[in-house]
Amino acid sequence: MAWLHTWSGLVVGWVLFAIFVTGTASYYRGEISRWMRPELSETATDAALAASRAGAFLQRTMPDAAGWSVKLPDAENPAVEVYWWRDLSGPFHHALLDPATGERSKIRETRGGDFLYRFHFELNLPPIWGRWIVSACAMVLLIALISGIVTHRRIFADFFTFRRDRSAQRGWLDAHNVAGVLALPFHLMIVYTGLVTLAPMLMPWAVLTAYRGDGQRYYAEAGIMLAGRPPADRPGVVLPLGEIVSRARASAGEWPELVVVHKPGDAAATATAYFTEPPGLAHIHPQIAYDAVTGAEIGRLGEAGAATQTGAAMVGIHEAHFAAAPLRLVFFLCGLMGAATVATGLVLWTVARAPKGADPEGFGLRLVRILNLGTIAGLPVGLAAYFLANRLLPPDLAARADWEVRGFFAAWILAALASALYRRAWAWPLALAVPATAFLSIPVVDLLTVAEGRFLGFDAAMALLGLLFLAAARLTARSLQGRTRPGAALHRPAEA
Amino acid sequence: MSARTISAPVYRRLIVAGRVGLAALGGYAVAALASGVLALILPGPRAEAVSTAMLASFAIMATAVIWVFAARTLRRAALILGVAACALTAALWLAGAFRAGGAA
Repeated sequence: MAWLHTWSGLVVGWVLFAIFVTGTASYYRGEISRWMRPELSETATDAALAASRAGAFLQRTMPDAAGWSVKLPDAENPAVEVYWWRDLSGPFHHALLDPATGERSKIRETRGGDFLYRFHFELNLPPIWGRWIVSACAMVLLIALISGIVTHRRIFADFFTFRRDRSAQRGWLDAHNVAGVLALPFHLMIVYTGLVTLAPMLMPWAVLTAYRGDGQRYYAEAGIMLAGRPPADRPGVVLPLGEIVSRARASAGEWPELVVVHKPGDAAATATAYFTEPPGLAHIHPQIAYDAVTGAEIGRLGEAGAATQTGAAMVGIHEAHFAAAPLRLVFFLCGLMGAATVATGLVLWTVARAPKGADPEGFGLRLVRILNLGTIAGLPVGLAAYFLANRLLPPDLAARADWEVRGFFAAWILAALASALYRRAWAWPLALAVPATAFLSIPVVDLLTVAEGRFLGFDAAMALLGLLFLAAARLTARSLQGRTRPGAALHRPAEA
Repeated sequence: MSARTISAPVYRRLIVAGRVGLAALGGYAVAALASGVLALILPGPRAEAVSTAMLASFAIMATAVIWVFAARTLRRAALILGVAACALTAALWLAGAFRAGGAA
């Protein structure tokens, strides 16, 4: 089954690499968002007052909406994030509010870490398309993993084998095996739980047969979401949202993190308070629903059954919400190893088929090699450009958030095009030097533009990434010297 | 179509394409049908059966796909997958999924 592993991995490898890289970055989505919104100061705000002001903003903006959503400020994110929509199929309008005034925040416009998070499963395509493509790639990865294990009879022995010096192909194969096998439980977990996060879209058939497709009823019975109420079709006036938030706080003992109002202009308007997940793996937010007009409690979420809890735990493990800083770092490193497994696998495909001596490179090989360069070295350039654009674009630029995203794609495409022009022998060192330079320049640019002590950790992480790319560039350059100078291997010190 | 009318490499490629198509479409169909059946026949609360069926569906699809690629011939893989799909459809019908307002 080796051919299945090789070819299925090749076909989806480039997309998988992008999914792994942006997904891994999403473990630090909050940190990225905070770094990209340096104007937000971490001051404590009164959640009830902030909720009332946000409610007033939404009342002015779209009183007859189908729904409003208010994300309350907390220690981690001091902004009030509101969404409103006229139709559940979209568009979803979005604004960041200053909790002190309840007006649109004056800070630089950015999508922050959310862009990377959504790219991870939507690829910046129309959501449905992106999600199906990502899911298909995930299923192929699952098959590639299983067939990779089947292919690999000596999996345990090979785990302790790294023959960097034997030959280029051996070295890449062993690197692929080490990165793949070391984090194999993570890879299997992350791909299966990833599919589970999109299960209602991918496999709606169970809901179709058992509930005749009534998803809302399934969610309510399973204990995932509270059932909605039919509208009264009479106009109603909702209470100030601070009132709802205070009641939720009084009955649950903690502030909710999110309040969603359904049919805010209707007499049967419902406000649901969502609380932080309790400690544990399962990704189910406790919820209390209130009549938004009278403030009376309508219901709260019951205990979910074992199978539903298992599914919720799978989503929880995928997103690592439960993980404290050290474990989150382990998840991050495992994600990087996933990206490295894909990258080494893609490179291995070309190395194993490299023409001997001066033979010309065939079209297929050249295409794969250039796509490898453009993805493995190019995507990181896009990421660095996204961060740099956040610091360098003027703060009051119109549609600034879109320009940051354009910066991401423009830099990626330019880096990919440039790497197609490099001479074959020097392509990897040159292509990897570009993200190295870009990431190393991020702390410098941050120091020149914002320079705040609380971003030291982020800047250090960027510098470290830059150094890693520099080391990778050096490594590829060194193996090149070893190849071009006959006899060099004889003089190579034992450490290599 | 036999190996006599088209060249051997093309025939081999067609077989591979056939396996890929069968794995993707057949694998998904079997997983979809199985999750539909499981949601109706698993004991316990209905919501739990649905959750279990959704969680299991990806494992069922992965197993079916691996099986398509591991089977000795494409014809054998298609035959067994077809039989499985027919059996699952029959089970759905027996469980009342096709009656108007039936199972739900």
